[in-house]
Parts: sequence; C-alpha cells; structure tokens
Amino acid sequence: MSDLISPTKLTKKDFETDQDVRWCPGCGDYSILANVQRVMPEFGIARENIVWVSGIGCSSRFPYYMNTYGFHTIHGRAPAVALGIKVANPELSVWLATGDGDGLSIGGNHLMHCLRRNLDVKILMFNNRIYGLTKGQYSPTSELGKVTKSTPAGSVDQPVDPASFALGVNASFVARSIDTEAQHLSDVLRRAAAHVGTAFTEIYQNCNVFNDGAFDAFTDKAVRAERQVRVEHGKPLLFGANNDKGLRLNPRTLALEVVTVGDGGVALSEVLVHDETNPAFGQLLARMPFPEFPVAIGVLHASQRPTYDGTLRAQQKAAREKLGQGDLAKLLRGGSTWTI
Amino acid sequence: MNEAPSSTSPHDFPREVIRGAVVRFAGDSGDGMQVTGDQFTAAAALARNDLATFPDFPAEIRAPTGTTYGVSGFQVHFSSQDVFTPGDAPDVLVAMNPAALKTNLRDLKKGGVLILNSGTFNATNLKKAGYDVNPLEDNSLEGYTVLSIDITKQTVAAVKDTGLSNKEAHRCKNFWTLGLMFWIYSRPLEPTLQWIESKFGKRSDLVAANIAALKAGHAFGETAEVFQHRYEVPPAPVEKGEYRNIGGNTATALGLVAAAQLAGLPLVLGAYPITPASDVLHELSKYKQFGVTTVQAEDEIAAVCLALGASYAGNLGVTSTSGPGMALKMEGIGLALSVELPLVIVDIQRGGPSTGLPTKTEQADLLQAVYGRNSEGPVCVIAASTPGNCFTMAIEAVRLALKYMTPVILLTDGYLANGAEPWKIPNVADLPKIDVKFRTDPAGFHPFLRDPATLARNWAIPGTPELMHRVGGLEKDYDSGHISYAPDNHERMVKARAAKIAGIASDIPPLTMEVGDDSGKLLVLGWGSTYGAIREAVQRCRDRGLSVSHAHLRYLNPFPQNLGEVLKRFERVLVPELNLGQLVKMLRSAYLVPAESLAKVQGQPFKITELEEKIRQVLES
Repeated sequence: MSDLISPTKLTKKDFETDQDVRWCPGCGDYSILANVQRVMPEFGIARENIVWVSGIGCSSRFPYYMNTYGFHTIHGRAPAVALGIKVANPELSVWLATGDGDGLSIGGNHLMHCLRRNLDVKILMFNNRIYGLTKGQYSPTSELGKVTKSTPAGSVDQPVDPASFALGVNASFVARSIDTEAQHLSDVLRRAAAHVGTAFTEIYQNCNVFNDGAFDAFTDKAVRAERQVRVEHGKPLLFGANNDKGLRLNPRTLALEVVTVGDGGVALSEVLVHDETNPAFGQLLARMPFPEFPVAIGVLHASQRPTYDGTLRAQQKAAREKLGQGDLAKLLRGGSTWTI
Repeated sequence: MNEAPSSTSPHDFPREVIRGAVVRFAGDSGDGMQVTGDQFTAAAALARNDLATFPDFPAEIRAPTGTTYGVSGFQVHFSSQDVFTPGDAPDVLVAMNPAALKTNLRDLKKGGVLILNSGTFNATNLKKAGYDVNPLEDNSLEGYTVLSIDITKQTVAAVKDTGLSNKEAHRCKNFWTLGLMFWIYSRPLEPTLQWIESKFGKRSDLVAANIAALKAGHAFGETAEVFQHRYEVPPAPVEKGEYRNIGGNTATALGLVAAAQLAGLPLVLGAYPITPASDVLHELSKYKQFGVTTVQAEDEIAAVCLALGASYAGNLGVTSTSGPGMALKMEGIGLALSVELPLVIVDIQRGGPSTGLPTKTEQADLLQAVYGRNSEGPVCVIAASTPGNCFTMAIEAVRLALKYMTPVILLTDGYLANGAEPWKIPNVADLPKIDVKFRTDPAGFHPFLRDPATLARNWAIPGTPELMHRVGGLEKDYDSGHISYAPDNHERMVKARAAKIAGIASDIPPLTMEVGDDSGKLLVLGWGSTYGAIREAVQRCRDRGLSVSHAHLRYLNPFPQNLGEVLKRFERVLVPELNLGQLVKMLRSAYLVPAESLAKVQGQPFKITELEEKIRQVLES
C-alpha cells in the first residue's frame, strides 16, 4: 500500500471531479461539498488513500464529486460496506456521506453498530429533515405533525435527534454544524478528521425545494446568536449577542437551565464549562428542547477508546505470532488421517 | 464370567463376509452417541471400507434427558463397495434408552438387528418416551432380531475397580457398546484404545475405565453366546492416497481458505449466525493465521455488504448463509453484480419458506439463486454434490468470482453441511493457482474497461495512485464508467453483464455421465446433494439391465455448454429434486425438453429405493 501521506501539497481543485454536480440550485449540499474540498487538502492524505462511501439519497451523490476513490452503494448500507473496506485495508481514510433518511431510517441499524464498534471512519450526516430525492416525504428527523405528500394530515412519528442517538449508542465523537457556517463547519471537519474512531458529524442542511428554511429559526443571521450555543471544550457554555446568557445545571432536576450572566444575573462561575470527554454533557446539550433552549453546535462529545479495526488487526497479529504463518497442507490434513 | 468356551474363541468363531451394513447409534444427548459413531466410523475407515455418515442431533440445545426430542443419532454406512449415501434404512439399530427406540424403530429394516440397553427401560424412562407398556414385554418388537442387554449394569461391573463415581461409570456405557459393535464387525480395538489414551490422558481413571468398558463389551460378544456369528466387511477398492473424514461445512470452509491462498488474497467473511450455515463462520474464525478475517455482522444485509466492501478494497469477500438470509442479501448481491466486483455467497439451503425447517435439508433456493434479484441480475450459480465436493466447488466459486469479477453463489444444503465422508486429501502443490491482477496502469484507464475474452472489468483498488474513480449502483456508461441514463447504453450494459455470465459456460467442464451410457432410454439428471442417492439408484437399476444413466449438474448458471445436446440423446429425462421442480423448470425453459420431475419436500434426502421405484415406473410407462 502506498504511503497514506500525500507527497505533494494538494489544493481544493485536486479534489474536484469532472462530473457535473446534480443537486438542485441553492441546495445546502453545495456548500458542504465546497467546504470538504477546501479542508481535505489540509489533512495531507494522498487522494488514492481516501474512500468516500455513501448510501442512497441526495447526500449520497457526494462521492461522485470527490476526486478520491468512491463507492455509491445501496440505501442505508454505507456503514456496512465501509466496515468491509476498513477491515480489508485499515490504512485507508474512509468517509461516509449519508442523510437523515439513509442513515437513521433504512440504515439506522448499521449506523448504530458502526458507532458502538467505533470503526475508524468519519460520518457526515446531512440532516435536512425531509426525503429529497423521492420528492418530499417526512423523514425520521421531521418534526411531529409535519405535513408532506405522504402525511397530508401531519406526521404522527416522533422524531429522533441524530446526535442524541449517536451518544446513546456510545459514539466516541459526536458533533454538529451547519451547511452555511463555513468557518464552523471547517473547524468541525478538522476535528472529525483528527479523531481516531467513528466520528459522527450531523450537519443541518437546507433543502430549498422540499423543506426550505427548516433551520431558519436558529440559523438566520438575525437570530443565530440568541438561538445557538457554540460549544467548545473547556469553555463556559455562553451564548447571546452579548454573550450574556449561559447554561447552568440544576442539580436537583439534573436538567439544564438558561441563565443571564453578569449584571443582574448569575456569576460566570455558575455557568457549566463544557467537557467534551464526558458523554453526559453531550447528551444534555443534544437534547435541549428548542426554542426554550438554544441549539448546541460544535463538538458535543469526543473521547478515545480502541477502534474495531485496530483491535481486529491486533488479534490477527497475535494469531500469526502464536501460530505462525498458516500451512495449508497441514490444515487440510486436520485431525486423524489414514493412508491407503 | 469364567473362561470362555474354546468354540467361541475369536479364531474359531464363524465369520460371515458381508458387502456392508448400515448402523445407527441412538441415545440420549448425553450418551456420547456422536463419539461412538465417530470411533465406529474411524474403525471402518481404517479397515478401508468406503463409508458415509449422517449425524442427526436435536434442534433443542439441551433437551431434558430421556425425552424423545433429546435423542441424538449417528448413522454410518460402510461397505466393501463404493458408498454414496449414509443408507436408506439401518440394518442395525443401537438404542440406548426407550426414547431412542421410540424415535428410531420406524426406520429399522424389517428383520434388522436391534440392540437395546434394557437397563434404561424403567418406568420413568418409558413414561418420558411415551410408552404405556414396556416394548420389551409386549410383542411390538416381533419381526426384529432383538438383543436386550443391561448395558448399564455390564458397564458398571466392568469399571468398578477404577474408582469412578456412579455417574461417571454410567457415562462409560457408550464404550462398552462400541466394544460389542467392534466384536460383531471384527474390528481391532487398538486405534480406539489409543484414542482414549490421548483424549482422557490427563485422567488415568477415565482412561482405565473407558478401556475396561470397551474391552468388556468386546469380551461380551465372544462369551455371551447370544451371537451366531461375526461379520466381516472386506476393504473397498479405493484410490490410493491419504484420507480423512470430512463434513460439508468444514470442506466449504477449507476450500475457501485454500482458494484465498491460491489467489494470494486475504479472505474476509461477513456472516450472521444462521442454521445450518454457522459452522462455516465458526470454522473460518479459527484461521486468522491464514489471513482470514471473519466479521459477525449485525444482520444478513450487513454481512453481504461488508463482504462486498472487502472485495472493493482488494480482498476476497465471502458471505455464508441459508435461505432466509439469502432473501435479505439479494439487494447487496445486485449491487455486487452492478459494480462487477468478485463476491462469493454460500447458501447452505434448508427447508422453507420463511423460517421453515431450520435443521432439515431442501434444495428449494435454486430459483432464488438464479433469478432472485430485481431487474436483469445475472450471477454465476454452482452447487456441490457431496460433503467432500464442497471443497472443490468452494475453490471453483472463488476462481470464477475473481476471473469474471462477479458474484458467484455456491449452493450446498443441510444434508451436505452435516454429513461426512472419507475425503482424499489433495496435494496442495497440485491445486491450480488463481490468477489475480489489480489494475495499476493509469493509461487509458476507466473502471469498466473489459477484458475482451472474459468481459471482466479491470479491478483497481483504493490505494492505487492515479486510478481514483467512483463506482455505484447507478447505470454506468459502457465507454467511460460514468453515470449514464442513456437508453441505448443501458441496453448495452444489461447485455454485457448477461454475456459475461453466459460466457462462463466456455470455462467449465462439459457434462459427463456419472453412471451409464451417453445415450439411452432414460437420463436421470440431478444437481447438488442428491448425487449419492441418484448414483446408487441408477447403478442398481442398471445392474438389473435397465437402460438408464446418471448425469449431475454442478453448474446451474450458466449450464455446461453441452447440456442441451446431452438431453437430446435420451428418450426421456427424469429430474429428482428436493423441491417442487425448479431445475426441471429451468431445463424446459432453456431447451424445450419434456423433462419430468421427481419432487420431494419433506426435509429429508431421497431414499435410494424411492428413486429406483420412480426409474422403474418411468421406464415401464
């Protein structure tokens, strides 16, 4: 296998393909693609050692537009295919593009097992809270009562929160970002790339055709300062245009509460300081009800534990050291034999 | 017992030379019937008899003692002639308790020998087995040669000086029984004595007790004066070589390991536990030192997808399953054939539909394997005919998958998976290498460039500089590999994929007769695990002068090139299958021949007599 590191410095252009990008004009996927293409050269990995794997849906067209190796598989199964790729060649840098339908509906099972195994892959989940490629049915992240073509009287499904789900199945890295927040998304992608283990990143992505403005309530420039809390490890959980609001833990209810900090409010010391290594923080932040609370974006949780592929490799090495290289003739003879 | 009378000394005892016999050991799950069967089989093998075995254990994991559903059986057929099946009906049934008698007596041949452990025929055990009256005391066993022996008491007496607890002493009764059976069939004790030493070596009391039990059982035969004669089965005319006993699942697993070595590729098995396929996963998980990685996936779909992912990355991807799992894997197999990557799918068929009969055998996944995908989804389908043949066909599946960049489905079934036969161990140096070439040259590269001879696309794996490309389930342009929805291109690609699979016909052996002439009144055409029964039935019919031949398909898609011509050389064609006529449907459709079906779907293999009867019937009609 060639060295994982790219010998030459790559640019955004190196990661672009000659294929026409076929998302709808104005789709949030364009900004995610541009962001990824811009950030990827920084990782210094040769393009031939990167594999993009996807399932089915708008987000899953992503591999066609990345000049790396790419495998556009079947609906929901990208984590399973990625498992095989990583088992076969752990040296590869494997990235998954999925959506809320692909990853959490038809592929929810595989996503769960990928996360708990801690396979060393990076997952970007483009969450637009709608089925786009099938033209506008509600998804597992659509809000209760969502009126769509398949739910004219409103959806009766309770939505799932992707980050909370990931934390619930013991993901070692869980982050959130937003398609249009270029700087923030780049920072989160850098963190995901550096993580050893399954890095799960949910990206709020606007589908301007079937679910336009789904996230405006907290992404719009006019309100975002008040409606988002950008979490950073070791820093107090503050938000607001004047950074004068904070999150405090009520020890009796074990629930967060929004407090005013400073003049007329509580002391800064009462505001929780984010600890991304403690999954309890991640879960509290992921599950904050909106709009009573802001939406937490950034790295909600990051911790280290052995990866699936790493442990598997170690077992294989141990077997080889103990038993030596397998001898086929001996194997075929097996237990007892007789000669005629 | 005192001195044995001189007339019954081993040398003077009359011996009747017989062609062979079918013996079934049946007892409680804890009675050691599988060990007894294995040792009895090993003795037959050392005496150079040909043989076939079939273990039959309960689906329940730990069934309560003494119950009918806790009965474990082991049937062995050994002979001085070629043996092709474990036998229709036992000549000798050893029943270690009433439940074993109850569940097995119906299979015993009329006039067969019944050896019973009368020590277990007490009120409790009789009740558990569902007997109102002790069958030893009514006339229900009339018509059989019954040898009722208190094996429990005999064993306890034999081992009393070894200091074993009563419970442990009781557990030696299988060796007492084995000793008696060795005496009846004139087998030497030494190999089993050695086996006992190596097996129980750490506990000298167990070694002594089991040896004492074995010898006591043997001595009983000589001295008890209940036997008129002993039997002797001369060696069978077997090809020279080194042999071992092998079961179908083991042979499949070993074939896959061998093939991966021959191809120089690491093997990745994705599997989800399912009866009767799990043993392939268990077996392969032991071979990490051969570059084998096994992943127990979260479901059948993940299992096939990860195998495909492994192939995409340049390893040999394999997945093993049974019917219900096959149904779940189909979309993944469709992706594999669309992206044209090598993939081996082993379907160890069982009774269906749905959950069906998990531990019983059937051949009803044939149409699923050949046709079971959305749209035009051709894949190569092959089938193994005997437990040992699973090894050969597993290698063949890998060879074809790698050479033609295609999924290959290998069909076996529960009967092959759990059955066993002597297997001539191949010389590793004689196994042909499997040529694998990864594309590395960027000049003129696109992922769907085809080899003009095989139509296989070139295989460029991640990590190869300058060959970055994207593949997927969307239709691809024939000339660039990019996504294409163009009407003419789609038809061209559908036809190219079909032609690639059809072209495999020129790379597989022509169909030849297993038994009989190349033409005649009747061809019996089988596939898969029915091989042994058909072969034996056809041979018996020929021995009686009937014009019948046997051919056996190991390649089901594509068929051998000469199949149509072979079919035309016979007046009639009979196709026995453990389904409702799936191969017959394919033959009629491909060759417009009036092939006739003999269908059986009882979860049980064909009996030789059933086939003989049908052959006679067809030839007389």
